[in-house]
Amino acid sequence: MAILGAINPMLSVGLDGDNAWRLADYVKRGGYVALRRILEQKLPQEYVINEVKKSVLRGRGGAGFPTGLKWSFMPRSFPGDKYVVCNSDEGEPGTFKDRDILRYNPHSVIEGMAIAAFAMGAVRGYNYIHGEVWEIYERFEEAIDEARAAGFLGADILGSGFNFDLFGHHGYGAYICGEETALLESIEGKKGQPRFKPPFPASFGLYGRPTTINNTETFASVPYIINLGGEHYLEAGKANNGGTKLFSVSGHVNRPGNYEIPLGTPFATLLEMAGGIRGGRKLKGCIPGGSSAPVVPAAAMMDCTMDYDSIAKAGSMLGSGAVIVMDETTCMVKALERLSFFYYEESCGQCTPCREGTSWLYKVVHRIEHGQGRPDDLDLLASVTGNIMGRTICALGDAASMPVQSFIKHYRDEFAYHIEQKKCLVPVDVQRAGSGFFTATV
Amino acid sequence: MLTSESLKRIDREIAKYPAEQKQSAVMAALAIAQEEQGWLSSAAIEFVAGYLGMAPIAAYEVASFYNMYDLKPVGKYKVSVCTNLPCMLTGGVDAGEYLKTKLGIGYNETTPDGLITLKEGECMGACGDAPVMIVNNRRMCSWMNPEQIDKLLAELK
Ligand SMILES: Cc1cc2nc3c(=O)[nH]c(=O)nc-3n(C[C@H](O)[C@H](O)[C@H](O)COP(=O)(O)O)c2cc1C
Ligand code: SF4
Ligand code: FES
Repeated sequence: MAILGAINPMLSVGLDGDNAWRLADYVKRGGYVALRRILEQKLPQEYVINEVKKSVLRGRGGAGFPTGLKWSFMPRSFPGDKYVVCNSDEGEPGTFKDRDILRYNPHSVIEGMAIAAFAMGAVRGYNYIHGEVWEIYERFEEAIDEARAAGFLGADILGSGFNFDLFGHHGYGAYICGEETALLESIEGKKGQPRFKPPFPASFGLYGRPTTINNTETFASVPYIINLGGEHYLEAGKANNGGTKLFSVSGHVNRPGNYEIPLGTPFATLLEMAGGIRGGRKLKGCIPGGSSAPVVPAAAMMDCTMDYDSIAKAGSMLGSGAVIVMDETTCMVKALERLSFFYYEESCGQCTPCREGTSWLYKVVHRIEHGQGRPDDLDLLASVTGNIMGRTICALGDAASMPVQSFIKHYRDEFAYHIEQKKCLVPVDVQRAGSGFFTATV
Repeated sequence: MLTSESLKRIDREIAKYPAEQKQSAVMAALAIAQEEQGWLSSAAIEFVAGYLGMAPIAAYEVASFYNMYDLKPVGKYKVSVCTNLPCMLTGGVDAGEYLKTKLGIGYNETTPDGLITLKEGECMGACGDAPVMIVNNRRMCSWMNPEQIDKLLAELK
C-alpha cells in the first residue's frame, strides 16, 4: 500500500526502499537529531512542551485535542513512575495510517515517544498495537531493539542521565481498546472496559500512575516539530490546524491508500490524488473521519477543505483522517446497517444505554434493509440515539449514534423508500458492480 | 502443558512489565498458548493463569473478551474476512460470499475435513488493501479478488 501521494510531506519523506524502516535509514534522513539536541543542549522540559504548543499539533487519534496542552497536564515533577503510552490500536473502520507509519517509519514514533517521555518525566512507555497487524508488531519490536542497542532507549540515553524504556504490547481483537482508558485496562491484563473519568489518566493512568496517551501519528510528528520549530510546523498546515496529516482514503476510488497533505488542502485535491471515483461515477457521500464521524453528502463535501474546522463546519469530524468515499452505487441503508452491526458487536456492554441501544439500532436498521421496516422506524431510531448520547461512560455510544442520525438526516428519502417499497433504491446488481469484486483486474 | 519454547517466549513478555505486574503479560501468554495448541482449552487458560499468578477466572475473562482467542477448536486454518463498510465498498462482503460458496460452509463453520474455519471479521486496519483477510491471526492477505482467493485456497493444505 505504502504512502501513495503527498503534498509538502514530512512523515512520509524518504520512505522508499525496503530498509526505510531501519534505524540506519532513519538516522540518514535526520532521525534522532531532535532527541540528541534536546539531551545534549540540556533543553528544559518546558521548551519542548512549548514548541509542541506553538505547533498547534492536534491529536491524530480522533478527538483532535491539542497535544501540547495535554502534555502540560502531566504532573511532571510528581515523584515515582510515570508513563507515556502510544495508541496504535487502529481499529476505527476506514483508518489504516498508523499501520503504514509503523511499517515504514517506526523510529519516528520511538523518537517522538522518547521526547514526550523526557518532556513529561516519564520513565517507561508502551505501544499498544492492533492485534490484526501482527507483522507490524514484530517489526516494531525489532525497531525498539535497534534503538536500544544504539543508546536511544534504556538507561542514561546518550550519556545524558535520562532513562526511558519502551515496549510493545499487542491487542487481540477488541475495537474498544482504542479508547484510551480501555487500552490502559488492557495493558494491565484485564478486559478492555473503559474507566469512569475523572480521574483522568494524567493523574490516575497505567497501574494508577500519571500517564499520557497519544496516537501513533501524534508521536511520530513530534521529532519534525522539534526540528522545524513549532511555528514553522504550524505554518505547514493552516491556522489552528498545525502541520500535515495522513489521510487514509478507502471505498470507491481508483487508488485507495494513504496520502500526506497539509491540513487545509481541498477535499477535491485529495480525491483527485486518490485517482477519482472508480468507473467515472459520481460521488454520493463521504465519511471524512472514520466510521464514527457523521456522513457528509457529495455537494457539501466537495466544498470542504481537509482540516478540523472545515469538516466540523460541514457537520462532521476530521476524526482519525479516514476518508470513506461512497459513490452512487452505494445503498445508504446497507452501509449504515454494516456500521450499526459493528458498534453493536463492539460495545463492551458495561453501560445499559450503549449495550441495549446499539442492539436496537442494529435490529431496526437491519429490518429496514431486509424489507421489514415499519412506518415509525425512523422516529424510533431518532429516539434510541437520543437515549444513548451523553449517557455513557465512553464515546462509543455517541460514535454508534452519529452515523445513524446523519445517514437518516441526509438520505431520509432512501430510508423511506426502503420502508415503503421493501427494497433498495439502488438496484442490488448496481451495488455489486460498484464493489468491482467480480470484475477486478488488479 | 506448554513447550519450553513457548514458556521462554512468555518469559520475554513478562519482562516487559514491572515485576509486580505479571498479569500484564496475559494477552501475549494466551496468544502464545493458542499459537502452540491451535485453540485455548480451559486447561491452557488455567495453566497461563497459574504461570502468571492470577486467578483462573481473570484469565478466562480476558480470553473471552478479545475476539482473536478461540475458546473452541477451529480448523487447521482460520480465515477471517473483513466485511466492514470500507472493505464492503471494494468487495469485502462479496469475497466472504465467494469463500462460502467455494468452501460450502457459512461463517463460524469448519469444512468437514477440518481444514478451514471461516470467520467474519471487523476492520483490520488495512482498508486500503480491500478485500482483506487474515489467516490464523497472523498472516494478512491483501487485494483478495477471486483469483487471489483461489490461489490462497490452493495453498492452504
Ligand atoms: C471507541 C473509541 C475508539 C478509539 N479508537 C482509537 C484508536 O484506534 N486510535 C487512537 O489513537 N485513538 C482512538 N480513540 C481515541 C483515544 O481515546 C484517545 O483520545 C487518543 O488515543 C488520544 O491520542 P491523541 O490525542 O494523540 O489523538 C478511540 C476512542 C473511542 C471512544
Ligand atoms: S459506552 Fe459502550 S463501549 Fe463505552 S463503556 Fe459504555 S458500554 Fe462500554
Ligand atoms: S474495513 Fe476492512 S480492513 Fe478496515
